[in-house]
This record gives sequence, structure tokens and C-alpha cells, in this order.
Amino acid sequence: MEVCSSDGFNVTLREFGCEQCLLSRPDGSSSFIQGDTSVLAAVYGPAEVKVSKEIYDRATLEVVIQTKVGLPSVKERSQEQCVRETCEASLLSSLHPRSSLTLILQVLHDDGSLLSCFLNAACMAFMDAGLPMSCLFCGVTCAIARDGQVITDPTATQEKESRALLTFAIDSTEQKVLMSSTKGSFSVHELQECIAISQMASEKIFQFYRESVQRRYSKTL
Amino acid sequence: MRDTPLSNCERDFLLKAIEEKKRLDGRQTYDYRNIKITFGTDYGCCFVDLGKTRVMAQVSCELVTPKESRPNEGIMFFNLELSPMASPAFELGRSSELLVKLNRQLERCLRNSKCIDTESLCVVSGEKVWQIRVDVHMLNHDGNLMDATSIAAIAALSHFKRPDVGIQGDEVTVYSAQERDPIALSIYHMPICVSFAFFQQGTYLLVDPCEREERVMDGLLMVAMNKHREICSIQSSGGIMLLKEQVLRCSKIASVKVSEITDLIAKALENDKKARKEGRKCGFAESMPQERITALKNLETTVEMTDLTKQASDIVEGVEAPAEMALSPVVPAPGVGQVGAGLQNAWGLEDEEDDEEEEDGDEPEVTIVAEKRGNKKKGERPVVIISDSEDSEEEEVVILNPESS
Repeated sequence: MEVCSSDGFNVTLREFGCEQCLLSRPDGSSSFIQGDTSVLAAVYGPAEVKVSKEIYDRATLEVVIQTKVGLPSVKERSQEQCVRETCEASLLSSLHPRSSLTLILQVLHDDGSLLSCFLNAACMAFMDAGLPMSCLFCGVTCAIARDGQVITDPTATQEKESRALLTFAIDSTEQKVLMSSTKGSFSVHELQECIAISQMASEKIFQFYRESVQRRYSKTL
Repeated sequence: MRDTPLSNCERDFLLKAIEEKKRLDGRQTYDYRNIKITFGTDYGCCFVDLGKTRVMAQVSCELVTPKESRPNEGIMFFNLELSPMASPAFELGRSSELLVKLNRQLERCLRNSKCIDTESLCVVSGEKVWQIRVDVHMLNHDGNLMDATSIAAIAALSHFKRPDVGIQGDEVTVYSAQERDPIALSIYHMPICVSFAFFQQGTYLLVDPCEREERVMDGLLMVAMNKHREICSIQSSGGIMLLKEQVLRCSKIASVKVSEITDLIAKALENDKKARKEGRKCGFAESMPQERITALKNLETTVEMTDLTKQASDIVEGVEAPAEMALSPVVPAPGVGQVGAGLQNAWGLEDEEDDEEEEDGDEPEVTIVAEKRGNKKKGERPVVIISDSEDSEEEEVVILNPESS
């Protein structure tokens, strides 16, 4: 997961894996694993929505993040907000007015890069549920170590020792940044570097999405 | 979200099939579904698959002050959550009858049966004891949540290891996992719950009902036993009337099932211990089945990028420099802080902005300085009186001006 030479960066992504359609009740489900971090995502929708929450021309997206131990706190709420904004940007919710889409994310093990794992699992779950999307999205986390080195997909220990942690949600069509969530201090130049690194890394993740779906439908198509 | 209601024809079909001793998935009356037990990466995390029902249990611990009535005993805390993931009928935060029933049964099964030695959890009598917290999350509800929960909880407790503690006089040191090996909990016996569903007022009985069968059942009998044939708890719900022979027969069936399940848990724990000793990676990631068409794994990949620094520098130089912003908050006099001095105030009525508003002009958008670089005014601007209409119901608005230094 590290690297770096002086002008050519060579960053690595941890081993990642995904399994779709592993739960029988939800309309779409997936588990996404990045190294030791694993997350389970389930999607229900489009389904009936409560009158108090309905929007007349769009579907109402609700994101619920559940940790393993204890009650959800403000940190989970802010992560829910980040995930929800990314999903709303890519889902074609105007095709399902007055309906509800519910995304539930369960942390199975947290070993760093949790927010990007949430985003990846969410995208795969939406694909499994067959929800209409204008683009796919993926999450990439970069950590800037104290000596300025950029590490992608950091583990929990690397995150703790870093001076800044940046997570970006990148879309698949134009590699634009859909959402960014950062912690710590960094310079403008470092920010642009991390965005460029995330865009390069996202290509690998999108390739992985394509391969998974190809493999999944290889028997039917 | 509401769950789809059960149709009458489905209900009749299920009941008729049960009368003919047939089950939807082809099991026999006393058969359990396939049970799969896997453990997570850290100690105390256990996943149980009972057919399609999936449950995850996580055990954690922390030091707390003990209860006054029991100063030398540790505390066991159970928290069962019906995640909305498990079924569309489960709503977050809604305390339903099912949730209370499951929580209570889990507490009776594990706490009241005294399967864990709580006195060994005491560190300093009357001051510090370990509180063992068991969180169980339902991941998929396909019937018989209670059995899966009890298996997951007891397997997680058997798997869990708490940090070692050293006491020197008044000081208590908790050693991390790297300093000293963590210690397992002392478990006397493993109580496991077995559920029996009754149909047609107790005439027909099924073990391990699936979700459809649970919907049409009349009543449920839950028997918690350990492999030494000791009954830890019995609960009958649904208002059916059972004969003494029926209850005894159920407990005999339960003892057979419990011994099988206990062997399964012991085997899973053995396998996990062996894998950890050999240094192999354990966890959800490893237990993911590779041969399935719906699963794919990618090995560690490098992302090559050359010219990255140059690309980044170009972007940074290409962008216009952001406008100068006054440091905020500005302190014009001691005790007074001013945030946003010199910003363009858009609370007043600005004609240009109103053109874009189609509805009856509510507040126009507040302009953010960083984006609009051209039209900023520096320096003080006149204070705009916010509400001066006669029919305003507010009392007179007094605007405090900052003391000029």
C-alpha cells in the first residue's frame, strides 16, 4: 500500500473482492472487501414510502449505516450524508417518483478506508438491485503521511499515523469527483495530487466492477 | 417499508402441505437447515448461516463499576438489533414485539443460565469489573432468528478473548493484545435454543420453521438446553395449549439437536484456532466463497502513474488564485469578535437576484465570497435593517453595532 519515488508515483490498492446477491430478502445486496475491511450492503426499492417522506417527482433515498458495536453516533450520520449525496448524484431517481429507496450498510470489519468501502459496496448493491443509474461511482481513500508520501487505501494503522485523510467518490463516465470528505491539513498541491491519484485508482475499481458483472452474467448472456 | 402480506392461497397451501407432512424445502419434520459458522478477523466476531437466515454477533468488553448489589461480579449486556437489512418489515429504532421477545429470550438463555463465570470478570471488587457486551445483528430474516442468534452469541462468547489485566496495589494496568496474550472467557456450558412451530392447535409440529412457516404457525415453543441435557429456559408463545407429553417430546428432540449443534460449534472453534496458529488469515474475507459466479476477488494491484506531479502542478497553476479573504473572526476590540466583516450582504432585497426567482420572492440566495470573485465590496457597508414592516409581530429589532476600535 505504499510507495513512492520522486516523480513517478506507484501506489497500490489492497486486495479487494466482492460478492453480490448474498442475502435473500433485500432486492439487491453485496459485500465488498478491501484487504481486511469488509462491508455488507443491502438495497430495498423502489418500494412504498411514508407520506411524510415522499417527494412528488423523485424517489426518496435513505441511507442507514450500522456499526458492529454500540449505537450509531454523529460520525455515522455524517458518513451517511456523504454516501447519500453520492448516490443521489448518480441514481436516476426521477424515474421512480413517490417511492423509497433504502440502502443499509453494515460494518463487518473496519481496517481503514471505511468510507470508500461503503461507496463501493453501495454501487455494487445498486447494480445487483437493477436500479437505474446515470453513472457508476467508486470510493478511493488517500492518506498523506507525515513525510508527505501519499498512500492509497490505507489500513487502520496507516490512517492513524497519517497527517491527512482524504476520501473521494469518483464517477465512471468522466472521472469527476462526486464527493470529497477530508480530515487533517494538506496543501492545495497535495489535494490535486490526491485527486489525480484517486482518478487513476478508480479506473482499476471500475474495471473490477465490469469483470464482476461479466462473470455474473456469463452463464445467462 | 411494509412487508408483502401473505396471500390466502399461500397460507392454505402451506397448511395443507404440513398436514401431509411435506415442507416447502423438502426437509423432514425434525430436520434443521444447514448451519454454517464462521468467525471474523478479531476475537469475538461470529457469523452464523442457518439456511438463508444470517446473523452476526460481536462481543466486546470494557471496564466499568459493578452493580451495588453484586460488587464482585462482572456484567453481561445483550443488545439484539433487528436491522432493516434483514427484512423490509423491520424499521430502525422501532421497538417491536418481536425485538423485545428475542432480547428477553437471549438474556434468559445466556445470563440467567449462568453459563459464563461472572466472578472471574472481577478486577477490583466493588470498583472495576469487566462488562461483556454482546451485539447481535440480523442480516437476513428467513425464519428462526432465535436459534441462529443463540448459536451466534454463544459461539462468539466462546471465541472472544479479553485483554489481560495486571494489578499492583491500587493501580490497574490493562495490557494490549501485543503486550500480553488476551485471555478467553470461562464458559461453563453452552445453552442453545431450539424452536418448535405448532400448527392446527398443536396437532402438527415442525422444527426450525422457515419464514413462510413462521407466518402461518399458531404458536412457537422455544427450548434452551445444553448438551448435558439441562433445560435452561422454556418459552411458549402464541397461546396454544400443549399437552405434557408434547412438551416432553420436544425437549427430547431438543437434546438431540443441541448436542449436534454443540459439536458443530466446537469443530468450528477448533478450525479457527488451528488456522490462527498456522498464521493463516481469518475473517469474513477468507470465508467468502471463491467458486461462486457472483463472487470475484482481485489481488493487490499497483496503480501506475507517471507525470503525476507535473499534472497536479499544472492544475494548481491553471486555477485562478482564490480571492483574498479577511481572517475570520476579526477582533476589532477585546471581547468582540466579528465574523464576515466586509462580505456582500445578500439578505437585503437585491433586484438582480429576484429575476431568477420564479416563486414569490423568498430569501434570495446567499452569495459565497470564494465563488464570486468579481463583485465583492471591501470595507464596511451600511447595516441593512432586517424587519421594518409595520405588521411584523416581532418586538422592535435592535441591532448591536460592534464597538469601533
